Amino acid sequence: MNREQKDYILNFLEQGVRFDGRKLEEYRPIKVERGFSENAEGSAKVTIGNTEVLAGVKLSVDEPYPDTPDGGTMMINVELLPLSNPNFEPGPPGIQAIEIARVVDRGIRESESIDTKKLCIKKGEKVWSILVDICPINDDGNLFDASTLAVVAALQNTKFPSYNGNIVDYKKKTKESLPLRKLPVSCTVIKIDNYFIVDPTPEEEKKIDSRLTVEVEEDGTLCALQKGGDKPLTAEDIDKMVGIGIEKSKELRKFL
Amino acid sequence: MSYTKRNDGRKFDETRPIEAKVGVIKNADGSAYFKIGKTVAYAAVYGPRGIHPKFLQNPKNGKLRCFYNMMPFSSMGERVRPGANRRAKEIAMVTEKALLPIIDLIEFPNSVVDVFIELPQTDAGTRCAGICAASMALADAGIPMKDMVASVSIGRVDDKLVVDLDYSEESYEDGTVADIPIAVISRTGEISLLQMDGKLSREDLKKAIEMAKQACSKIDKIQRDALKKKYEVKNE
Repeated sequence: MNREQKDYILNFLEQGVRFDGRKLEEYRPIKVERGFSENAEGSAKVTIGNTEVLAGVKLSVDEPYPDTPDGGTMMINVELLPLSNPNFEPGPPGIQAIEIARVVDRGIRESESIDTKKLCIKKGEKVWSILVDICPINDDGNLFDASTLAVVAALQNTKFPSYNGNIVDYKKKTKESLPLRKLPVSCTVIKIDNYFIVDPTPEEEKKIDSRLTVEVEEDGTLCALQKGGDKPLTAEDIDKMVGIGIEKSKELRKFL
Repeated sequence: MSYTKRNDGRKFDETRPIEAKVGVIKNADGSAYFKIGKTVAYAAVYGPRGIHPKFLQNPKNGKLRCFYNMMPFSSMGERVRPGANRRAKEIAMVTEKALLPIIDLIEFPNSVVDVFIELPQTDAGTRCAGICAASMALADAGIPMKDMVASVSIGRVDDKLVVDLDYSEESYEDGTVADIPIAVISRTGEISLLQMDGKLSREDLKKAIEMAKQACSKIDKIQRDALKKKYEVKNE
């Protein structure tokens, strides 16, 4: 981004507003719609402003990993569809998609959202495996927060298909939900110059000095962090950004 | 054996309920949403824009490039592995051929128009839904067009020809099935997509094409109405 555009965004920040009229710590309107798909075991569509993200959950019966023979497995994948942004290209996930997927994954895993022991069917042989895919339809910034919200809402929406001990009958959904416990919420705080903002648009994302994604449990415990951006942060910066993250996560949690 | 009544109670020449919208993806130059029964397709058009690598450039004409992708959670049953498999590549190719006759890219040499088709939910007829969405998205993007295209699959289920097969019919077990996806160019009535798998008599093929034309003219109206709706002037 060129100097003029940077100045444009900064001029507004100096006056305590964003170039799109928002306050510094203000999200765009958020909407969470559960169950858009009849074929997925669970699904949710999240919109934050013009950003629109789909998350879908598929369940299957698989072998457990050797180190956790009595625990179900989970995988989170992000497909940055070229349909959603002119800069995304077809092909296997690039580093941007991998980073989002891994950060969302850490939030869910470390908050121990899913009671994986309850996903065990037969120790060492059969466990439920949860496969979550995130597909943005329109990327208008802040895919981190939208993705975490979409995944958690899709997990809440998930119902097990019926299973007779041998094959899964996907056509028959049971009334049984996933064994969910604490749920994480993600708030990404951006630093531009000496200003801290949340829910960045692509214009602001291009301009960031640094970024901190804060994944928070309901009681304010942090369950995942990810610093991004090319510039370093001071300890004071981090404390301030975490504070904003914890505060804003309370707003986002209302959508769960 | 005879297929006397359709699984979902439709008439033999009746499509599933259709929902169509344009301008659904803000980032795209043109976009559309096309839902037929449980099958949902999004299409986004980007371009005309520069093409890389450069050797793909055509100095005489603009290029059309289509991509087809089922989202990993889109189908009933197991997760679909992401990435373009052979099936997706072939469908993308025939989609391109279905759309090429209706657009005119002569004004855009060395450029490309990219069409991305994504399916969040599938219940048969995905390539047809994708083509319907793509045609609308191209129009929404303001690409110079000679015509519109609509597409539907005709099936032979046992002894009956039916319009718009759903998955339960595609996998009908009490008899044989032929699946014939067809795309019809709106004003000329020409066919720009024709595939078939299964067994079919020459007579039935003639009938199937006639049925596709009938159904596509109805779909064409829905597509045009959706496009008009976006540009409607609201008097309040």
